[in-house]
Amino acid sequence: MSSIARSSFSAERNRRIAIIASLFALAMLGLGYAAVPLYRLFCQATGFNGTTQRATAAEAAAVRVAAGSVTVRFDSNVERGMPWVFHPEQTSQTMHLGARSLAFFIARNASDHPITGVASYNVEPEQAAFYFHKIQCFCFNQQTLQPHQQVRMPVIYYVDPKIAQDPDARDVQAITLSYTFHPVPASAAKPLDRSKAAG
Amino acid sequence: MATTATPEHFQAHGDAHGHHDADHKPGFFARWFMSTNHKDIGTLYIIFAIFAGVIGGAISGLMRMELAQPGIQYLGTFAHLFGVAHPTFDQQLHLWNVLISSHGLIMVFFVIMPATMGGFGNWFVPLMIGAPDMAFPRMNNIGFWLTVAGFCSLMTSPFVPGGTGNGAGIGWTAYAPLSTSGSPGPAVDFAIFSLHLAGAGSIMSSINFITTIFNMRAPGMTLHKMPLFIWSVLVTAFLLLLALPVLAAGITMLITDRNFGTTFFDAAGGGDPVLYQHLFWFFGHPEVYIMILPGFGMVSQIISTFSRKPIFGYLGMAYAMVAIGVVGFIVWAHHMYTTGMSVNTKMYFTAATMVIAVPTGIKIFSWIATMWGGSLEFKSPLLWAIGFIFLFTLGGVTGVVLANGGIDDNLQDTYYVVAHFHYVLSLGAVFSLFAGFYYWFPKMSGRMHSEFLAKLHFWLFFIGVNLLFFPMHFLGLQGMPRRYPDYTPAFELWNRVASVYGFPLMAAGLVVFFINIAYAFAAGRKAAPNYWGEGATTLEWTLSSPPPFHQFETLPVIEDHGHHH
Repeated sequence: MSSIARSSFSAERNRRIAIIASLFALAMLGLGYAAVPLYRLFCQATGFNGTTQRATAAEAAAVRVAAGSVTVRFDSNVERGMPWVFHPEQTSQTMHLGARSLAFFIARNASDHPITGVASYNVEPEQAAFYFHKIQCFCFNQQTLQPHQQVRMPVIYYVDPKIAQDPDARDVQAITLSYTFHPVPASAAKPLDRSKAAG
Repeated sequence: MATTATPEHFQAHGDAHGHHDADHKPGFFARWFMSTNHKDIGTLYIIFAIFAGVIGGAISGLMRMELAQPGIQYLGTFAHLFGVAHPTFDQQLHLWNVLISSHGLIMVFFVIMPATMGGFGNWFVPLMIGAPDMAFPRMNNIGFWLTVAGFCSLMTSPFVPGGTGNGAGIGWTAYAPLSTSGSPGPAVDFAIFSLHLAGAGSIMSSINFITTIFNMRAPGMTLHKMPLFIWSVLVTAFLLLLALPVLAAGITMLITDRNFGTTFFDAAGGGDPVLYQHLFWFFGHPEVYIMILPGFGMVSQIISTFSRKPIFGYLGMAYAMVAIGVVGFIVWAHHMYTTGMSVNTKMYFTAATMVIAVPTGIKIFSWIATMWGGSLEFKSPLLWAIGFIFLFTLGGVTGVVLANGGIDDNLQDTYYVVAHFHYVLSLGAVFSLFAGFYYWFPKMSGRMHSEFLAKLHFWLFFIGVNLLFFPMHFLGLQGMPRRYPDYTPAFELWNRVASVYGFPLMAAGLVVFFINIAYAFAAGRKAAPNYWGEGATTLEWTLSSPPPFHQFETLPVIEDHGHHH
């Protein structure tokens, strides 16, 4: 009996189970890394975590202006230690739902050397992000400012009228659009299309 | 099982079984440092866990000392003891962060996990399924020494720079950006690397457990006849196998963000720090079941033994653990309610979290039903097991409270959370460990411990931990935030109760524990093969105490009547 039973502890079978188990572990490791692009896609698709949407001019043209109105407030920051002065030209704008609006931010390089920066962005409250569409934004690309250069940076956006039908978001009367400029290390400074990146 | 002596040289795990001496042990160094014997590795894990537990517990003693009264009293002295000649105030506060981080990491990764899976799992999985050893004895050895290496790495970190002061002050969760741009210096790298090592060790041992349990059960022991402890180890091994790699991915991204310029969790490069929290808690929530499930298994064996009844609802008990394991993977964001989530997302995570109360309730009621009408013998393991049920249930109830997204907005990061997870882990898991220890210690050592000391240990510890942790519920509800060394005098009373009465009583209990071990080895009676009597029905009780170095030369055959659990 025991010899029969012992042969069932075959190294072959043990190895097979161990390999299958290792593959599971490797797959979960892969899934951990796959979470990075998946999370980005998820945020873009759902506006999760305040990720704003991006619209083409054609898509924007198809949006009807609706009756309700919404206020957009502007917030601007630079990363600690970055020698830029960065502020919105207007504190807020109020427009109809679906109406396109143009806002300007002013950025000035206060240092004596050229600096390339890139802006991360976010809206608050987060449930409004799914309806906040940008058509054009300085945050889609890296921006390089020469010493003491000052520029006006535009953002063209609209708030989708469908927000009025979302039970979670329809009570939102004011949306804060926030930007933070980060310096780009010299080695990484290149005309990069960040439109695919999550906020 | 017989120990037929046929002198032959030691065989770690020979392919040609059968003719070597079951009790021939290798020399000291080979036996303990190159060990491939599951019982020796289990012993090493238990000794290691006790050692790490003393360090982790000593750290909590330092913290309770500082928290005994409002203001900063001792942190400067502690920083001095840690080798900083003239610590600035910021360095003193940083030391606090180092203490809480080390305490959490040590207790989770180097006390509870090595003790439950490494210690009792290694010792009793082969014995209870009737196997001669684990499937991969050498991998078992690597797993243990990786854990030790991880511990060394973690113990190095408080003595190297970590930003504001020495050491990694990042919490056991190591959230970015505090753990990336917020903590320059090698301390955090050492801490993260220790998790890599311990995690790799745990993945190896979980592969080993899965293979052993699937492949090496004695003839006749079907999955549905396995003792519940084996079920608990099997489910835990799967949780480890699926959860730890996700942690490995997350903390590897931390390492590359810190050292190699990636921006996984850095908004400046298009990353998102919240992603780290998702990755961490996708691991972190299964991790809490990893810590408690083996305890469930041990408590099931113990309750059944001392009630002299098979466990009530065996299949329900087994599949409740499977259900807890499965659902444990889809509730992680209840740790992140305040990171900004839509109401619907919160509703999902609240509901899914509460669902876990169902299989957990099945377990608790089945334990009670097992005791109901049983001929109970209040030996020390049963005392600890009942203590476990009581405290774990209490911690579970506060868990149901915290599961509510709305309430959690208020209680997030307060002492209520600290009270909750110490009730389920520090009290739940640790009580199950002591229950298992007193249940199996004579089996492992061959010496009986003193029942009187074990019960004294229980009562001191039980009263101590309740005085220590119950007041934290009040503090949390009053709004005392966790992770601060200072607090307003309004919180003084309950902090003093915890520090001045609770902690010393608990520590006194531990002193009794060590006296008991010393007593057992010095003067303990020799243990019979089955010293708990007829209630103990699993296979380890058919062997001598301690079992022969190699057991089951002849495989036990599980017959078809009755369940062995």
